[in-house]
Amino acid sequence: MVIELDLKGEVCPYTFVKTKLKLEELDSGEELCVTFDHAPAVENVPRSLKNEGHKIMGIEQKGDHLWKVRIRKA
Amino acid sequence: MIGGFSEEQIRRYSRHIILPEVGGKGQKKLLSSKVLCIGAGGLGAPIIEYLAAAGVGTLGIIDDDTVDLSNLQRQIIHGGNVGKPKAESAKQFVNNLNPDIEVKTYIERLNANNVMDIFKEYDIVVDGSDNFATRYLVNDACVITDTPLSHGSIYRFEGQVTTIIPHKGPCYRCLFEHAPPPGMVPSCQEAGVLGVLPGIIGVIQATEVVKYLLGIGELLVGRLIYYDALNMTFDEIKMRWNKQCPVCGEEPKITSIQEEIYGDSCRI
Repeated sequence: MVIELDLKGEVCPYTFVKTKLKLEELDSGEELCVTFDHAPAVENVPRSLKNEGHKIMGIEQKGDHLWKVRIRKA
Repeated sequence: MIGGFSEEQIRRYSRHIILPEVGGKGQKKLLSSKVLCIGAGGLGAPIIEYLAAAGVGTLGIIDDDTVDLSNLQRQIIHGGNVGKPKAESAKQFVNNLNPDIEVKTYIERLNANNVMDIFKEYDIVVDGSDNFATRYLVNDACVITDTPLSHGSIYRFEGQVTTIIPHKGPCYRCLFEHAPPPGMVPSCQEAGVLGVLPGIIGVIQATEVVKYLLGIGELLVGRLIYYDALNMTFDEIKMRWNKQCPVCGEEPKITSIQEEIYGDSCRI
């Protein structure tokens, strides 16, 4: 089961902060899918998450300013 | 609301949450922690300021003094509050800085009769007192109740700071078994103090408290930092557990808090 987090309208660094807080609620191995509309987040958030050991399963562009990032919790 | 944090808390604590060593989990630990600050003066001001900002959920502040104009050269939280009790003034500062914090004020002097009741409410004690009677009382009560203690003291241009985890490292009495005789050491009032000095020492104490509460890093256990502002040097002095220590040694003589040990005789 993939847990969804909608962060449309949110900017850095809160895109990462909120993703991190959501991941803390998950168990190791669970997956989180986060939706962003803030372009810098698509680079910054996966980089910060990798630094904390999480795995980026995929980044998908869903529209002009819409991305979905899939993360597996470490 | 994510992970139990309100939108405002997510923004307020974001720089903590971003740190891998803290995160939301660490921030929650801070929010559920209880710290007692002895004194809201030179050392207490920066200690209270940073612990409140960090989101330490409950701050106890004990001080029986009122704000004097001569305090404002270094006691940066009391602006506009001359004549007010320092504990009340500190509470007002904390409420303005961070509404998450519950402040408990004790407008009284810490003594042999109230120390045990007050200490049992807290996870760790930070000593920002300015006299030997209180310092030894705090040390002994922390050892007897097994409460961690951050010790700091200042004099003119110099300060010292160490962290005491009772029975895991030396205590203040292991290093200085007894207070110097009365009148030997002049008070800040007589000797003067550089206004920025308590800022440095107090912030180191606050750092140690935050580290202890988070369970991260290396604490100043068995180490005393001696800071000299004039030469801008930080020296580290190794402290050893003293087997003959009167309070934490193998056969301690002090096993309860008795008023006569902490009377005015050893007050500076």
